[in-house]
Amino acid sequence: MLTEVNMTINGAAVSGKVEARTLLVEFIRDHLKLTGTHVGCDTTQCGCCVVHVDGRAVKSCTILALQARGTSVTTIEGLAAADGSLHPMQEAFREHHGLQCGFCTPGMVMMGIDIARRHPNADEHTVRHELEGNICRCTGYQGIVEAIVDASRVMATAGEKV
Amino acid sequence: MQDFTFHMPAAVADAASLLGSCEDPKLIAGGMTLLPTLKQRLAEPTDLIDLGAIADLKGVKREGDQIVVGAMTCHADVAASELVLSTIPGLAMLAGQIGDPAVRHRGTIGGSSANADPAADYPAGLVGLCATVVTNQREIPADDFFTGLFDTALEPGEIITAMRFPIPKWSHYMKLRHPASGYAVVGVMVVDTGAGVRVAVTGAGPSVFRVAAMEEALSKDFSVKSIEAIKVDADGLNADMHASAAYRAHVITVLAKRAVAARG
Repeated sequence: MLTEVNMTINGAAVSGKVEARTLLVEFIRDHLKLTGTHVGCDTTQCGCCVVHVDGRAVKSCTILALQARGTSVTTIEGLAAADGSLHPMQEAFREHHGLQCGFCTPGMVMMGIDIARRHPNADEHTVRHELEGNICRCTGYQGIVEAIVDASRVMATAGEKV
Repeated sequence: MQDFTFHMPAAVADAASLLGSCEDPKLIAGGMTLLPTLKQRLAEPTDLIDLGAIADLKGVKREGDQIVVGAMTCHADVAASELVLSTIPGLAMLAGQIGDPAVRHRGTIGGSSANADPAADYPAGLVGLCATVVTNQREIPADDFFTGLFDTALEPGEIITAMRFPIPKWSHYMKLRHPASGYAVVGVMVVDTGAGVRVAVTGAGPSVFRVAAMEEALSKDFSVKSIEAIKVDADGLNADMHASAAYRAHVITVLAKRAVAARG
């Protein structure tokens, strides 16, 4: 049985018909074709699928699309400005080479923004601790941590509100 | 996962009547345990009843000398609550150590408690802090709520609505965290209620339990010295690939001492 689901994704109202068991990440990737959000483990551990639901980082492999009815969801595709200029967190990942293979990157960037919002001017220790739910299989944490530390300072200074 | 019929009632009474009328229903709170369980087909309910739309079940408030935490309040909100931080910092400390930040944005105090995982953190918090589990039918003291491995005193059709915590004089939670899962290999909650000391342990046994010898010793003399010779019997404790029963028994005393030492 299919059920109608409505939500806002990256500022645009979207709707679709889904099975009750459809995960939010499946709705985002398979129905909306927004494939920037990745599925790494599908077991709530790796964090590749992190998106923001009503402004908070959640693992989109562990929430049903129907549970997100009526919410506002932001994915990695929703970060850059219309003119293509990058979000400060994306810019910091580029600057600090915060990626190797890039598979974990969408989740790292989305979690990085969540960390920066809760911890303005976050230090390295805080960022490493807060990243406990995001796994980089390339072990490229050094650049990732540097990027989040840097962007949290930039975002705090700019009073960033994405 | 097998498909099911999804319900999102707006009131506890509606959720309760759905529980009574559906063939094989399950409640879902944050879903941090249930959704992975469904993916593995370890559970195949016909109906999922989501409590996420019931506004009354969310939030933290003070009622007299008690802090009341709504069952659908997520771990991140308990950890960051100014009210909890200023009255029961040990509870905020416990909530902030569950899972990871994204899990703490979804997982709830009611869901975690109803699931009664032997390695979950909240059972030690509820029992240590002498909490009361409030349901749509009655109030259950935490001491009577956790009845065994993934087992609670909840009856079919019963829904947790809130947890009531008396404000203690002091509380502290120490945890040996499994580095991959985040669950407690051992977790120890030490609480000075004002009328005595309570020591509740999670992760080490099939269900949360209290250490009477430590409670007696600390109630007489609240010091590391008073409990350092107390050995917890390893008989009946959990043993798995992560830690033996003897190791867990040893760690209980170590963590209890560290918690006591944290009181300045």
